[in-house]
Amino acid sequence: MINLLTEHVEAIHGHGEHDYPHECCGLLLGKFLGDGDKSVSEIYPISNAREEEHKRNRFLIRPEELLRGERYAREKELEIVGFYHSHPDCEAKPSSYDLEHAWPTYSYIIVSVRERFAAEMRSWELEADRSRFNQEEILELAGKIDPTELLF
Amino acid sequence: MPVRIKIPTALRQFAADTSELDSTATTVSEALAQLTDAHHELRTQLYRNGNELRNFINVYLNDEDIRHLQGLDSAVKDGDVVTIVPSIAGGQ
Repeated sequence: MINLLTEHVEAIHGHGEHDYPHECCGLLLGKFLGDGDKSVSEIYPISNAREEEHKRNRFLIRPEELLRGERYAREKELEIVGFYHSHPDCEAKPSSYDLEHAWPTYSYIIVSVRERFAAEMRSWELEADRSRFNQEEILELAGKIDPTELLF
Repeated sequence: MPVRIKIPTALRQFAADTSELDSTATTVSEALAQLTDAHHELRTQLYRNGNELRNFINVYLNDEDIRHLQGLDSAVKDGDVVTIVPSIAGGQ
């Protein structure tokens, strides 16, 4: 299970709608709670590094961006617990491309954005043997974050 | 002061849940070999076809991608930090 605040959900929705029809992406910063559960404390939007012509159906977080996010998280005594990205006009299920490029342990939140509006959102975890994704429960908690902290 | 190898969160389950390993290596290649000798399961996560690093594994020596140095042959010295960084990608 991964828990996050309503405002985190809204931030992911907002990023997906802002970047539509391209895919958006970002880091989920928080804590591992044990038993595979995670708690998100902060959303860290990242600019999709794929070439312009591929951004409609692909995303890439460059290693240097990931390192920067890790350093930022460490300063706040947080960890990267997962990633989010959008599927414009497509369901919130991992593709075979997602499966091929995913890593175990992390949560992968996918938000479907249909005709510019965020729709369903689901979270997934990769099986340790990389054979498939398992859907993970999202627990949405009421709460607020400072919208000026969002950088997209 | 040894060479320190940093293991990303995603791969710690294959490394007895450790986040780093100190090494006496003189090259990046040796450092990674010492790491995979200590944690055999990491080998299949890092390499394919024997000694070829997987496409989505990046290795940094201090703050520099080893692809911009001498790759796996890059020399390391005491106090250096070798960081394994996964690329994060996907899409519909």
